[in-house]
Amino acid sequence: MDSVRYDAERQGSRIPIALKILIAGGFGAGKTTLVSALSEVRPLQTEEILTGAGADTDDLSGVEGKSTTTVAMDFGRITINDDLQLYLFGTPGQDRFWFLWDELAFGALGAVVLADTRRLADCFPSIDYFEQRGVPFVVGVNCFDGSQRFSLEAVRRALDLDPDVPMVLCDARDRQSGKAVLISLVEHVARQRGEPVPAA
Amino acid sequence: MRSDLPGHRHEWLDDDAGPVVRPYTLTGGRVRSCADGFDLVAYVLASPNPDLGAYPELHPEHRLLVELAGQGTPVVELAADLDLAVGVVRVLLGDLLTRGLVAVQQPPRATYLPDNDILKAVVDGLRAL
Ligand SMILES: Nc1nc2c(ncn2[C@@H]2O[C@H](COP(=O)(O)OP(=O)(O)OP(=O)(O)O)[C@@H](O)[C@H]2O)c(=O)[nH]1
Ligand SMILES: [Mg+2]
Repeated sequence: MDSVRYDAERQGSRIPIALKILIAGGFGAGKTTLVSALSEVRPLQTEEILTGAGADTDDLSGVEGKSTTTVAMDFGRITINDDLQLYLFGTPGQDRFWFLWDELAFGALGAVVLADTRRLADCFPSIDYFEQRGVPFVVGVNCFDGSQRFSLEAVRRALDLDPDVPMVLCDARDRQSGKAVLISLVEHVARQRGEPVPAA
Repeated sequence: MRSDLPGHRHEWLDDDAGPVVRPYTLTGGRVRSCADGFDLVAYVLASPNPDLGAYPELHPEHRLLVELAGQGTPVVELAADLDLAVGVVRVLLGDLLTRGLVAVQQPPRATYLPDNDILKAVVDGLRAL
């Protein structure tokens, strides 16, 4: 299937299509756990550099004179077939790293927002972010031990979610559970395709 | 790497932000954003017979990148393999690109949505895992 490959086939290498999926949610919501449970490679981390410039201004000159710091991003890979790879990126939890999200969200297929029912409000910013940018997302309600059980409808109301945003109960430590969340995301993206693409 | 730079702490830096480092030494202070290319999942492919000897100015990290990209490797994996920050790897890749030592295959643009065949393949693939 040529449509599933880039045209560039050089040196006989086949360059697969790499699709990005973001795993977001509040502090401690289970992002790293979910990426690790799903990834076929050892849990990987990569770092991105923050400079003073990144936080306050867009002047990127003279970085060598500034303090920089790194923030780790989780990432994992799932090979679908020779032509298709999924890359999972856990978004950095703290709000002030959000300028990294723009890069992560760039061209992303969609996102999973992990909601911890003990601290539901922590995922509001993630939901706002994806809603504003028109990135399709699903909400994974992460069932921590000892947390009070809420009905999905109660959580949906609390999150003020659009009725068409899927919600899935999950356990981020469990691969099958994580798979179900990703499948519901991809199906959600496919459903949205049937509708006119909203102006960005 | 330095963790104890005197004086220069920004107020938004704290323990969550990790150690304060100066990894851009390798790039001579140059930075590069994803707007210049090199999306996290862009594939980097080394040129067929790269003549690295012709470029004595390149660092060992440049050479490693060319080696690692022999079969085509996404930017994020190169960064993980080299244990370098993505921003640093982007600068190094830029050096290689201008010298024609690598080619870059960008992922589909932001406006692109994969067609239903691809989405169906993803769902089937996930189910089969
Ligand atoms: N019971 C239960 N524990 C979980 C689940 N998901 C994660 N945990 C635990 O919760 C803790 C935090 O999970 P992480 O995956 O580190 O959360 P995170 O979102 O990456 O956290 P930050 O990166 O710090 O924002 C870990 O000790 C996990 O083992 C879950 O679904 N159920
Ligand atoms: Mg984490």
